[in-house]
Amino acid sequence: MERSEEYIKNERKKEWRVELQKKTKAKDRMAIERVEMSEQDPNERIKSQRIEVNNGLTKEQAVKEAMRCMDCVNPTCMEGCPVSINIPKFIKNIERGEFGKAASVLKETSALPAVCGRVCPQEVQCEQKCFYVEKLNQPSVAIGHLERFAADWERESGEIAVPDCAESNGVKVAVIGSGPSGLSFAGDMAKLGYDVTVFEALHEIGGVLKYGIPEFRLPNAVVDVEIDNLRNMGVKFITNFIVGQTASLEDLKEDGYKAFYVGSGAGLPRFMNIPGENANGILSSNEYLTRVNLMGADAEDSDTPVLRGKNVVVVGGGNTAMDSVRTAKRLGAENAMIVYRRSEEEMPARVEEVHHAKQEGVEFLTLTNPIEYIADENGRVKQVKVQKMELGEPDASGRRRPIPMEGSEYTIDATVVVVAVGVSPNPLIPNSVDGLEVSKWGTIEVVKDKMQSSIPEVFAGGDIVRGGATVILAMGDGRKAAANMDVYLKEKYLSQKVEQ
Amino acid sequence: MNKIVEKENFSEKVVKLVVEAPLIAKARKPGNFVIVRVGEKGERIPLTIAGADIKKGTITMIVQKMGVSSKKLCALEVGDCVTDLVGPLGKPTEIHNVGTVLCCGGGVGVAPLLPIVEGYKKAGNKVITVLAARNKDLLILEDEMRKHSDEVIIMTDDGSYGNKGLITEGMEEVIQREKINECITIGPAIMMKFCSLLTKKYEIPTMASLNSIMVDGTGMCGACRVTVDGKTKFTCVDGPEFDAHKIDFDEMMSRLGGYKSEEQDKMDHFQE
Repeated sequence: MERSEEYIKNERKKEWRVELQKKTKAKDRMAIERVEMSEQDPNERIKSQRIEVNNGLTKEQAVKEAMRCMDCVNPTCMEGCPVSINIPKFIKNIERGEFGKAASVLKETSALPAVCGRVCPQEVQCEQKCFYVEKLNQPSVAIGHLERFAADWERESGEIAVPDCAESNGVKVAVIGSGPSGLSFAGDMAKLGYDVTVFEALHEIGGVLKYGIPEFRLPNAVVDVEIDNLRNMGVKFITNFIVGQTASLEDLKEDGYKAFYVGSGAGLPRFMNIPGENANGILSSNEYLTRVNLMGADAEDSDTPVLRGKNVVVVGGGNTAMDSVRTAKRLGAENAMIVYRRSEEEMPARVEEVHHAKQEGVEFLTLTNPIEYIADENGRVKQVKVQKMELGEPDASGRRRPIPMEGSEYTIDATVVVVAVGVSPNPLIPNSVDGLEVSKWGTIEVVKDKMQSSIPEVFAGGDIVRGGATVILAMGDGRKAAANMDVYLKEKYLSQKVEQ
Repeated sequence: MNKIVEKENFSEKVVKLVVEAPLIAKARKPGNFVIVRVGEKGERIPLTIAGADIKKGTITMIVQKMGVSSKKLCALEVGDCVTDLVGPLGKPTEIHNVGTVLCCGGGVGVAPLLPIVEGYKKAGNKVITVLAARNKDLLILEDEMRKHSDEVIIMTDDGSYGNKGLITEGMEEVIQREKINECITIGPAIMMKFCSLLTKKYEIPTMASLNSIMVDGTGMCGACRVTVDGKTKFTCVDGPEFDAHKIDFDEMMSRLGGYKSEEQDKMDHFQE
């Protein structure tokens, strides 16, 4: 768990690392071209929600890519990783063919490596800080691909190592929400010897990893293996339990829980409040994706229905919008379309997802904003009235503000409309806990870097603190909270024990 | 978990299930509901809680066979388990001592009305309950309602029991006879709409408990959204009860049919 600079430097001086460093000259490493991960053919993959788009690296590809890594004295890539994975150490293990060891390195700090390798925006995190990008202006080492390779290799080998956990200290802690933030927290606390129970409102563990991110980007089976790994570390999971409704925080305290981590996410969908938005056929991306991903509505034997149609319009430009529009393609939409009020340059979605969506035939209507929905006589949406936009001066977010162009209105045919314009923090927990300080946006206020709320035994992180953010930032918060809760609990409950 | 300990067929279409759920039994209040799922391919559907026994750790649900999921649930027998059961959900009914309360239930809407009638009575109100059903066989919970009401009026469409006529006729008779301080209505959307129109005429504050389409039941998806006083609300977290005079019932009824053809496909598939 130790992450000091000294520790990282000493690890780099281990014999096997030095040997690798000497074996290949930097010049030769730099001469290797970044590996391209193969993908399923776009025309084939849109036939099913359950065909993963990216194929992963072969062993040969992974070893070759690992050789590109210079094993820098000062590995800046690690600064770009919110959970500080020891990146050179796992990559060098791949280079020497020790894939299982590479996987173990990932698990020192990350509870969900197979997930992060797939869904992290590495291009703005670890890979952006890679020596190749910073100093050579060349494509970075494919850290994300390699992470995925090591985690997949371990899972497919069937021999999954359980990380070392400290002896049980008997202190019970509760995690509220089983999304990436809660899982990351749970993993770290289990390693520290705490008795961890995760409470989840839905019937499946995983939060957005299960209900949000589609199978074609992140198979649920991959998530389940990582959750089983946490179970093997002693973490307990309780589904169908809504803290604040099924039982209160006070009830849990009476049951002996000493501290709480709230990772309940930002699950409240936003709508635009424009005329006709409650017509049938218009739904939030959360509803659409939950029906398909969590409830399996794309399969005929699922009891959950989902709306299909010829023309599907998705409003928004984030990853959720891309996931929705690509899901629509897979559900048989002839025309699946993104309607986004800014230009493609400002889209918050990952470049890779936009690229994949285009390959799959998704149309992009940028600088366009819906202003009204028109329904047929049965109350079902049939058209979207949109307005063209132009970009003005940058706003508070630093992005150029879209301004409506008068008189530019026209209509688009739509059988289904998916609204993916963002989410707000879920108010269930903030509303049910007395004395919890909440911002005007409904996020839980925490002391920065400690993740401790206004109630000392309650910590929080992920989207309930940040609003809508990324999986890896949520996981980073979980790590920080675990480290700080450990300090808090040791002081309060475990210090006297030591003295005795 | 979630074991069925008692089952009673009220009629061919309506079944009472008593299910083990100690935490929900303890936490639930009148007006709350649960979400259930039957089988690994099952759908999440909302059902109201008709009663609870804290000592036995059970809750009672009254289910009408409508589609695939309710049929699957009603096919379970004593000893079987409901795959998933989560709750209590939604805001509880705000029950105060207001004087005389008119409680109006139609069809299986009578089931969620029962704990509310009980609550109003316990709070010291005079409770007049009007129950409506298409015919005598479809009338449920009459005895339980009598136990907690000062007066029970029964209306059947065909006059096979009680008075012949619509629920609103029974209500109007009471309203003209005595001062009603508050009204609550639960039942089919069309019934709640007409109850609401009637009490609006007499300016009686009225709450309606809505039965929107839901998926998660925790505010995550907005499938259950409804327009109240011109604003979009989520039935699962902001409701299920709203000021009936401010609900856009026509929109709500249209939204209930939002998945009609998809649901029909599932039914056809189910019966094959």
